[in-house]
Amino acid sequence: MAMDASEIETLIKAALPDAVVRIEDLRGDGDHYAAYVESAAFKGCSRVQQHQMVYKALKGRVGDQLHALALQTAVPKDA
Amino acid sequence: MDAPTADRIRRDISENDVVLFMKGTPVFPQCGFSAAVVQVLDQLGVKYKSFDVLLDPSLRETIKGFSNWPTLPQLYVKAEFVGGCDIVREMFQSGELAELLKSKGIATGAPA
Repeated sequence: MAMDASEIETLIKAALPDAVVRIEDLRGDGDHYAAYVESAAFKGCSRVQQHQMVYKALKGRVGDQLHALALQTAVPKDA
Repeated sequence: MDAPTADRIRRDISENDVVLFMKGTPVFPQCGFSAAVVQVLDQLGVKYKSFDVLLDPSLRETIKGFSNWPTLPQLYVKAEFVGGCDIVREMFQSGELAELLKSKGIATGAPA
């Protein structure tokens, strides 16, 4: 079971249209990625809430099709 | 979500200040992310109760719905979900985790 980076980015941007997304394939197995996601939608949200928004965008794939997604979220400076 | 298991989780996180649901045990973590959180807690020298979800499939599934968080490990402080590996590590590096524990009156000390 695996995903490719562009699919992850597409799903995140579908839910967070303004998002800056950087995906890094940690092991080349399509199962372990690191993602940096920056969006104004995160403003005022706790880290847990921000990560939950990304997980929601990925429609249940994290922990299932995608074994691990090391996630870092941020709010744009000018947001 | 399996109600009896959810009730058990609710009881465990209220009866223990710091609770870590993980894969494996602190001595034998079975996943790198779980091991990383164990390392953070040991470096903070904080006492915690751990639960090995690999021994309890119902716990492993129920905990994800309970916290609306799809992966393990999961750290709870005073019955509040703090985060998984990424967030715990980020909070540790920024000093927020030590601050949170202190603000909740939870002792930290010499690294284990």
